[in-house]
Amino acid sequence: MNDQRPLLEVKNLKKYFKTPHGMLHAVDDVTFSIEEGKTLGMVGESGCGKSTAGRAILRLIEPTGGSIFFEGEDLLLLNRRKMQDKRKKMQIIFQDPFSSLDPRKTVSQIIEEPLRINRILRKKYERLAKVLELMELVGLAERYINTYPHELDGGTRQRIGIARALAMNPKFIVCDEPVSALDVSIQAQIMNLLKQLQEKMGLTYIFITHDLSVVNHFSDDIAVMYLGKLVEKAPAEVLFRDPLHPYTQALLSAIPTPTLKKSKERIILKGEISSPVEPQPVCRFANRCIHVMERCRQECPELVEVEKDRYVACFLVGQ
Amino acid sequence: MKDQNTVTNALEINDLVVEYRTEDGIVQAVNNLDMKLEKGKTLGLVGETGAGKTTTGLSILRLIPDPPGVIVSGEIYLNGKNLLLATEKAMEKIRGKQVSMIFQDPMTSLNPVTVVEDQIAEVIELHENLSKSKSLEKARNMLELVGIPGERGKEYPHQFSGGMKQRVVIAIALACNPLLLIADEPTTALDVTIQAQVLELMKELRETYDTSMLMITHDLGVVSEICDTVSVIYAGRIVEHGTLEDIFEHTGHPYTEGLFNSLPNLEDRQSKLKPIKGLMPDPSNLPAGCPFHPRCNYALEICKSAAPPKVYRNENHYIRCHLYDEVNVKTGKVLKG
Repeated sequence: MNDQRPLLEVKNLKKYFKTPHGMLHAVDDVTFSIEEGKTLGMVGESGCGKSTAGRAILRLIEPTGGSIFFEGEDLLLLNRRKMQDKRKKMQIIFQDPFSSLDPRKTVSQIIEEPLRINRILRKKYERLAKVLELMELVGLAERYINTYPHELDGGTRQRIGIARALAMNPKFIVCDEPVSALDVSIQAQIMNLLKQLQEKMGLTYIFITHDLSVVNHFSDDIAVMYLGKLVEKAPAEVLFRDPLHPYTQALLSAIPTPTLKKSKERIILKGEISSPVEPQPVCRFANRCIHVMERCRQECPELVEVEKDRYVACFLVGQ
Repeated sequence: MKDQNTVTNALEINDLVVEYRTEDGIVQAVNNLDMKLEKGKTLGLVGETGAGKTTTGLSILRLIPDPPGVIVSGEIYLNGKNLLLATEKAMEKIRGKQVSMIFQDPMTSLNPVTVVEDQIAEVIELHENLSKSKSLEKARNMLELVGIPGERGKEYPHQFSGGMKQRVVIAIALACNPLLLIADEPTTALDVTIQAQVLELMKELRETYDTSMLMITHDLGVVSEICDTVSVIYAGRIVEHGTLEDIFEHTGHPYTEGLFNSLPNLEDRQSKLKPIKGLMPDPSNLPAGCPFHPRCNYALEICKSAAPPKVYRNENHYIRCHLYDEVNVKTGKVLKG
């Protein structure tokens, strides 16, 4: 399986934003790859750069540096037209089903929009047939076809967002917190749907979320981000069983589990995420880390492969 | 009024009905809700969006926006005193002093143009008849208590992060040592590591102050961390109530079971999620009988017409569901898991 090239390879991806106080390093030197048909869960707290990374991969925001290989082609070298063509295979599902749908369009207009813009189906009746097919695929009743988003609840709207993303028959979808705005019972419905679709259509996902229990259930690999840096990446099962980076350990222990038997000792982190504006070239987690050493405040640990498929950026492990 | 010394419940709600009367119809937000919270304990009120959790919390403080909200009937006893009979003047003395509330979003519950120590001092000055300077001193102590250096009291809310703002809100809520603290999704807007910090802080403070707490949340994980008893609310009524152990180990109601099955299991990656089918009912048009029957996998014919009564499994644990009678509630495994 490893002989074939991964569907997506991201190398040293950077995205900096200019602020009055200096450069904000939202995504800093992030490297990872995903094989076809797999799911990479991307986890971290607000402001860690996970959404920015997801958008930069699709070039919805222009990366500052690095390279992104999709099917072996560097996306950052493509011109506008070629990129638009590539994007048919790369789609995104947004977090907030309330603001990601045009309130003045009906459900069918929203779902057919990509088909119309990319001139895939020119005839109206063809598009209508495709819309109905997509609606059935994501479990939307036909009667919703002429309704407007405001008439529908969060879960139903998120299904519209998914149908729209599937309209171009993509290979790869960035799911940016697709369930975090939904109630638990609806969350489970949408997660099962995404999983079914993956099996049926062979989709590859990046699943961005702050909820670790969600990614565990969903992902093959998990990448943990902290302040713009990738701090650990490993197969989901391994990461949950035996996290290596102190931040991952704290993050995992902080999940409130709905059971009475508390198996693990909780690590309560002191302090809060520091500023990503003009960060010093040291470990960005040093201020909150319980294992902090002198060296952590002097240089920045690189992401290294400590075992097969396990990457960690920490001086405690393998450096 | 009942005798205050013999009262064991900090809060007792009987048969509460709250409606929002709008031009488009009557929204039945809370329907014959009962609730009991023992002194010094924490009760978790669990349910999904639109179940009536926040409306219940606001009713206790009589802060339901009126119009369109109306408390139609019922009784709310705080320490044996019926709040629904209190005058507006008396309520002003109760809010912030005997009962205080922490809201979900710390970004909007603080005043952006006032420094935080003034916001804490305001409650103290108002309720404890202290001078301005004494109140400020106490405000700074409260800040220290929630883990913020006292000198940062001179700063404005925007200079604090989300977790710290929520700590300030907690400081305000606890400033007058309330009998009852209503926490409405206090950690939902926070990141997991910060959520863990804030929950830990609330646990500590609850013990220091011996405060009773009503924890409104949708997160069963949070419930298991901090609550003693749990009430599960669906369509404005309590469908199951019991101790933490009753609810987690002897889950009775199909809806409660559905909530647990919707959560990903951290230990077992292969387990498939079993979501509850369908959607929350429209509260302006509730189904007849048991409001959960259209979504229930176990629904019987009777569920469509008659609202189920409470069936007690033990002294505390009751379930409102037609699947149960006096006998099988104690013995049988009724739910299939």
